[in-house]
Amino acid sequence: MTKLLKLFTGCLAVLVLMAGVAKAEPTKVGFVYVGPTGDHGWTYEHDQGRLAVEKAFGDKVKTTYVENVSEGPDAERVIQQLARSGHDIIFTTSFGYMNPTLKVAKRFPKVKFEHATGFKRADNVSTYSARFYEGRHVIGLIAGKMTKSNVVGYIASFPIPEVVRGINAAYLAAKNVNPAVKFKVIWVSTWLDPGKEADAAKALIDQGADVLMQHTDSPAAIKIAEEKGIVAFGQASNMKSFGPTAQLTSIIDNWGPYYIDRVQAVMDGTWESKDTWDGIAPGMVGILEFSDRIPADVRKMAGDARDAIVAGTLHPFTGPINKQDGSLWLAAGETADDGTLAGMNFYVEGVEGSLPN
Amino acid sequence: MDLTILILQGIIVAATPLVFAAIGELVVERAGVLNLGIEGMMILGAIAGFAVTYDTGSFLAGVIAAAFAGAIAALLFGVLTQVLMANQVATGLALTIFGLGIAALWGQAYSGASTDALDAIHIYLLSDIPIIGPLLFSHDPLVYLSIILVVGVSWFLNKTRAGLILRAVGDNHDAAHAIGYSVVGVRMMALIFGGMCAGIGGAYLSLVQTPLWVENMTAGRGWIALAIVVFAAWRPGWALLGAYLFGGVTVIQLHIQGFGVDIDAQLLSMLPYIVTIVVLVVISRDKIRAKLNAPACLGKPFFGSS
Repeated sequence: MTKLLKLFTGCLAVLVLMAGVAKAEPTKVGFVYVGPTGDHGWTYEHDQGRLAVEKAFGDKVKTTYVENVSEGPDAERVIQQLARSGHDIIFTTSFGYMNPTLKVAKRFPKVKFEHATGFKRADNVSTYSARFYEGRHVIGLIAGKMTKSNVVGYIASFPIPEVVRGINAAYLAAKNVNPAVKFKVIWVSTWLDPGKEADAAKALIDQGADVLMQHTDSPAAIKIAEEKGIVAFGQASNMKSFGPTAQLTSIIDNWGPYYIDRVQAVMDGTWESKDTWDGIAPGMVGILEFSDRIPADVRKMAGDARDAIVAGTLHPFTGPINKQDGSLWLAAGETADDGTLAGMNFYVEGVEGSLPN
Repeated sequence: MDLTILILQGIIVAATPLVFAAIGELVVERAGVLNLGIEGMMILGAIAGFAVTYDTGSFLAGVIAAAFAGAIAALLFGVLTQVLMANQVATGLALTIFGLGIAALWGQAYSGASTDALDAIHIYLLSDIPIIGPLLFSHDPLVYLSIILVVGVSWFLNKTRAGLILRAVGDNHDAAHAIGYSVVGVRMMALIFGGMCAGIGGAYLSLVQTPLWVENMTAGRGWIALAIVVFAAWRPGWALLGAYLFGGVTVIQLHIQGFGVDIDAQLLSMLPYIVTIVVLVVISRDKIRAKLNAPACLGKPFFGSS
């Protein structure tokens, strides 16, 4: 017994020494995901960002993630657990984590929090999001040109500003190049339910849509598009394996650089609360290479639009734009301010159906 | 093709996983066991079916593997609750969590993989009849299997001696035991049947409805199946109706949105659940009938030695 004890204390001593040599403890980084890392969409890309952090810092960081955390009270429990277990910075990666994040942040003033896609901040809570609407503009142009039936199907999740912005941006772009285009929007009230997403895709196709867009997390819609021989756009990540011929391009979420940047700031002690909203230019939003199925002139048009957005000469929300009820939103030449975009809760003129509230 | 027919076809696809899961659970509950692990067995079936179909290229092998995976999970549940006398409710919940976890682990290797959908059977001449053809005679084999299962279970429960024994075990396990029937044996067989059905239901989701593998893809369908069994007052035909009603409301509300009808989308999304609850309430108002149909020993542990 004593032998064992000696061995044990010896090991412990070595360990302590080693820890001393390896100097400071690793920075602990926590991630809270709304879906599974294998969703091949939203959560998958956040996890790619986490892996990028691990790759960049090696054993100077220790990352933890909790997946499938439902938005609501459960989220608060998980975030609190991460904060309590000594994480230095915690990324909460879904809109519905906004209030739970702020609540927990209040109780743990020393822990840094980063909430994705929200709009409420505190001294230790930053927000970050990507200007996906820039990508939506580009795919909207392609959709407007590619549709023969002039019906574009759109599978939406929840009527939060980010999703509404995407619908408006895509519609305006499509309308610009094809005045006859109509958007059919179906709200499935879930981020991830492949069965329901597939049902919605089928319903849209049955109703005449020949181009599909989605703002849900699974590749089900693109798979159905492939099966039915129509075209679609990938969401959040490259979904080409599900629709080799159907996928025209995909908007790619690229969180890695931002995560690395923020973890670095924590290590340096320079972290401060701020709002980050990056688009295509800084690389937070990527556009996958265009499929050959798109005619060359359309590819060029979409590419030019992308380049103009990067150059800052094109804003997807440039007036004149009316709201759905016909009232003026942006006068000719006027561009939308970030505040209105961040809280966008209205359809633009021409989008049919009423926005759920 | 006429839109109405397309909608009806969509309903059949959306309802079929529920038909499988519900008819399996119905038999289990008729035998007096409450297995809340349907969701876990479904997701295991979904990944088993997808993985095996992907690896072998054979749908048949995939469906058999799905049934097998569901059966193994059910067997585990059976050993825990019937032999080791664990609490059925707790074990069922654990089975759901366990199934979701194992399926996620197994599915990691298949993330991003993709198979072709199971083709519909084309029956010569019959499938070409207008309206009736596309509606009744051009589905994938699993749709027909689900209908056959419902008819078969109905016949088994009401017309066969074995079905009578199963119901006896569910209604009064002490009496059944006293006459000399093996309560545990009957319940184990019912559980395995239920597991196989749930597994195939899950496989329908990953092989036909979507067809792909994503973690958590059952998204609560196991619980809906559970509600459908109560809704059906433990009668097979009504379970079929319940599944189609739920699937129907789900698909129709998507179409209503597509048409741009001015109804709140969230309200529409809730509709399938509201309809289920309303029907449940209406049914359970009739206390005598509910009592007549509910297996009297549902969820009660059976201590064989007593």
